[in-house]
Amino acid sequence: MLSKQIELLVGLFIALSIGAFFLLAYEISDINKLQTEETYELVADFDNVGGLKPRAPVKVGGVVVGRIKEITLDEESMMPKVKLAISSRFNKFPSETSAAILTAGLLGEQFISLTPGADEELLEDGDQIYDTQSAIVLEELIGKFMFNQDSTDL
Amino acid sequence: MNGLRLLGRSGIGFLESLGRSGLVLMSAVFTLPKNFLKAFALFIKQLYHIGVLSLAITLVAGFFIGMVLALQGYSTLIKFGAEGSLGPLVALSLVRELGPVVAALLFAGRAGSAVTAEIGLMKATEQLSSLEMMAVDPIKRVIAPRFWAGFIAMPLLAMMFTVVGVLGSHVVGVDWLGVDAGGYWSSMQSAVDFREDVINGFIKSVVFGLVIMWIAVYRGYDTIPTSEGIGKSTTQTVVHSSLAVLGLDFVLTAVMFGV
Repeated sequence: MLSKQIELLVGLFIALSIGAFFLLAYEISDINKLQTEETYELVADFDNVGGLKPRAPVKVGGVVVGRIKEITLDEESMMPKVKLAISSRFNKFPSETSAAILTAGLLGEQFISLTPGADEELLEDGDQIYDTQSAIVLEELIGKFMFNQDSTDL
Repeated sequence: MNGLRLLGRSGIGFLESLGRSGLVLMSAVFTLPKNFLKAFALFIKQLYHIGVLSLAITLVAGFFIGMVLALQGYSTLIKFGAEGSLGPLVALSLVRELGPVVAALLFAGRAGSAVTAEIGLMKATEQLSSLEMMAVDPIKRVIAPRFWAGFIAMPLLAMMFTVVGVLGSHVVGVDWLGVDAGGYWSSMQSAVDFREDVINGFIKSVVFGLVIMWIAVYRGYDTIPTSEGIGKSTTQTVVHSSLAVLGLDFVLTAVMFGV
């Protein structure tokens, strides 16, 4: 009789821990993120990527359409090269699309914002985005501001 | 000269006990019971004593730790207007660190000490030798079920600790202090990665379970068979396994999350 009760409680214990695992997987970490969506790759060269990190979001008008796959330095042009993995659902970017590195809020994470242009031709896997705007580096901005002030004083 | 000899003696003693504990562990892990059904019944009984009975303290502790984290985190984050980051703060610290570590410390105190005391008393009252007299291997009959039950119960307890902690911080953060519920969960989900954080935390708790049960079982089996010896072994189990958990946690964190 007692052993049946023990078995019942152990079963409950294991069921609870399985429940905890699923809560961890779906509520706390959102395992669905892992589902590898079909993506295609775009490349963009920037002058300065600032604090951009791999896996940061790529957005169009605030909607996430992909993630940053890799950030490297082009050996020949010595320019930062950013590879973007864009969801295949969004495959209608015109070739005039521009990319800008923006910051979420004042101190938030940096992400890439794409602005589709008006061209007929579409960007395909491996294509490059030419119209890019670098990250705003606060120190440079302050430096410019102070330099400008000095020159107006003269 | 004498000091050097003492050092040598303690060194040899340490290595000896390490070797003996390794042998106990090996023979507990690599043993196949003759009767699987009977062994399974023994295992279930130990899972009850080690796992189920530790559940209450683990859940209550997890709930309170989550609530305290939410209170402390909120009071700092609100200064920057960043109370939306409460979810990631609480979830990441629980999933990566506090879940496995605090659950392991509680487990060492609650279950590890009990296992040591039980096995130690069995040895002191010569139950283990009588088992041997009856041609029953005490390692198979007494050590292995306890070891496996603790090894399996520890990660499960750590997972439940983490989940209850997150719920506790939800109670304080969202229901009490008024953080937005949608933002709380969605920012948590985007910050916590299943492979990076959840699986690594799980690996930690598996390692802790192994170490705690290893120490607990060995200390009991190797105890000096007097009432004083049992008390000493029980204390040693708690002290050594707590230190081992904290030290190993640093090493594991450095390997998993270190740059």
